[in-house]
Amino acid sequence: MKLAVLTDLHANREALEAVLEHARAQEVQRYALLGDFVGYGAEPGWVLDTARELVAQGAIALLGNHDEAALKGAPQNMRADAREAIAWTQRQLSPAQFDFLRSLPLTQREGAILFVHANAVAPGEWGYVRSRSDAVASLQAGGCQYLFCGHMHDPRLYYLSGTAKCGDFVPSDGVPIPVPAHRQWLAVPGSVGQPRDGNPAAAYAILDLAAQELVFHRVPYDHERAADKIREAGLPAWFADRLSDGR
Amino acid sequence: MAAEGSAAPLAAGQLIDDFRLEERLHQGGMASLWRVTRVNSPPGAKPDPPLIMKVPRIKGGEDPATIVGFEVEQMIMPRLTGPHVPRFVAKGDFTRQPYIVMEHIPGETLRPRLDRAPLPVAEVLDIARAVAAALQDLHRQRVVHLDIKPSNVLFRADGKAVLIDFGLSRHEQLPDLLEEEFTIPMGTGPYISPEQLHYVRGDPRSDLFALGVMLYHLSTGRRPFGSPDSIRGLRKRLYVDPVPPRARRADCPPWLQELILKCLEIDPAQRYQSAAQLLLDLQDPQQIALSARAALLRRSGWLRRGWRWLFAHAPEAPAAAQSVAALAQKNPIVMAAVDVENAASALLVQLRDTVQRLVLTEPGARLACVSVMRTARIGMDERTDAQGQSRHLKQLVALKHWARPLHKALKLEEGRLTFHVLEAPDAATAIIEFARRNEVDHIVMGARGSRALRRYLGSVSSQVVAQSDCSVTVVRAQQRVVGE
Repeated sequence: MKLAVLTDLHANREALEAVLEHARAQEVQRYALLGDFVGYGAEPGWVLDTARELVAQGAIALLGNHDEAALKGAPQNMRADAREAIAWTQRQLSPAQFDFLRSLPLTQREGAILFVHANAVAPGEWGYVRSRSDAVASLQAGGCQYLFCGHMHDPRLYYLSGTAKCGDFVPSDGVPIPVPAHRQWLAVPGSVGQPRDGNPAAAYAILDLAAQELVFHRVPYDHERAADKIREAGLPAWFADRLSDGR
Repeated sequence: MAAEGSAAPLAAGQLIDDFRLEERLHQGGMASLWRVTRVNSPPGAKPDPPLIMKVPRIKGGEDPATIVGFEVEQMIMPRLTGPHVPRFVAKGDFTRQPYIVMEHIPGETLRPRLDRAPLPVAEVLDIARAVAAALQDLHRQRVVHLDIKPSNVLFRADGKAVLIDFGLSRHEQLPDLLEEEFTIPMGTGPYISPEQLHYVRGDPRSDLFALGVMLYHLSTGRRPFGSPDSIRGLRKRLYVDPVPPRARRADCPPWLQELILKCLEIDPAQRYQSAAQLLLDLQDPQQIALSARAALLRRSGWLRRGWRWLFAHAPEAPAAAQSVAALAQKNPIVMAAVDVENAASALLVQLRDTVQRLVLTEPGARLACVSVMRTARIGMDERTDAQGQSRHLKQLVALKHWARPLHKALKLEEGRLTFHVLEAPDAATAIIEFARRNEVDHIVMGARGSRALRRYLGSVSSQVVAQSDCSVTVVRAQQRVVGE
């Protein structure tokens, strides 16, 4: 079975549409959405409704820090423009969309796979996995073969051997990577709605558990249209600009 | 991690997944090799070639290098294609019985030939060509072998070299499982490159260094750096250069010493930049541009070695290796097919300008200027007599004359510009074959000027465009007056 893992969608409809179309062409049977449905982008409602439909068809969906902020109000340590975007987002959402956000868990486990938005050590505190040692801590806390994390916007793959040696790797677009189950793997698919590694194409990953293969994909989408919508909504222009250069 | 199945010794007749063990061919320290046959072949499937199964030796307390190396080989082999690697057939999981089933390449490796070294120069040349072609093919597939040595080179019946054992290899687009595992340099002592000693795992020029060690040994009967068994001993190659082959073997041609010592340069930037560039030199060894390397008769003095020693011990990290495929592609071989005998002068100028633009934008590019001297299809013609020789020479002179402005404009240093006059009945076929044999990346050629000529003689360029494996640019001189 092919499982597509999407994360950090950030209210970017054009990016999500492109990724879902790409995933269908790869014959993906199931989806996991690791959170941050809202924030930065101009179409939080559409993105949440699409996520809700996927969940109705069996998809996994988790709560991200931006989603939590939309529910509870932005925390004091959030950057000023992100807080502004949260306040704007709160004005756009319907009660049903808030209900959906409230229903989302922080983590979900399925067999050998654990899904979290940020990290497996303290999922609700939103700390980043920035290094090999962060990855080892999460893999040990998670106690799983495959751990998928969002929150970091740059795609990366960490791997841990039986002798506790950890390596990391920046994946290439579309190249299947063997991920045998005798190692532990922590995969960061990268962001669908706001890539920041200099490549504006939307990022996501597909795990084929039977073949024990993981593929990271980059999908080009109409980021100019997504940026126009951000400007039209009166959100900070910087959110629009960064989509076109993927920063 | 140890597989359960490996606790009991394997025996002939035993079934592992779809394969029956027939006979043990080899028992090594790291793995055993079995001749196997597939039992449940799917109906209608293509018959298998002769197969072997490689099974890693896994016992308690085993060196993790064996296990991780086998894992690396399991990752990389299924990605490789082409005649220069054994065809991958199947692999077995580490949670049960790890194995790789692959095509059996019969015959001896290059290893026994070391015992017969020094070999005749012609034999060394054949080996060098075959291995360089195999390396170029591997590097194009984004893999650096990192353990090139005689026991890892086999040959197909047609003479093509086949590289085996990818347990230390690095695939540019896959995680490097070995990188985090070890704190000592990985490789085989006599063959390991200076940059591998600095933990660089991903520079295709490391394989050219190892090839240089092999060629040195086959030519002289001696190893250029001995067989050191300590890290300190290995590091000597960072500042002590080998005894020049000509000092060990009087009849070693200067060109052979030039190419061996160029492969053995300490700094990868001073070596051949790709296997294809080495291969191009090997096509026509008499033409190899000789540098001071070719003339050396003893190794450098203590002062120079001491200077290098200082740098070898400098704490700075080595420059990051460039990407494998990028190196294989970034130093392209451009072939200018020039019809010096017949083409109109306007076309020749246009062709030269195009070549110049192309080579100027690629600082690592090499340019092979090729002209075809047409010979009769049947029987021996003037090729052997004085007239034929003078025709050949005349064409070579004309070709060099054509390239003169390029030579000046590009300041092409040693070896970046070569000339070849091919004798063949059919120009298109000769051009296509030359490009294929030399791993040419881009052919630039002229179109026949007159439509009438094209009609009667056929178009050489269109045949080259249709049949060659690389990019082809066809240059046409602008014609202001359309007279036909």
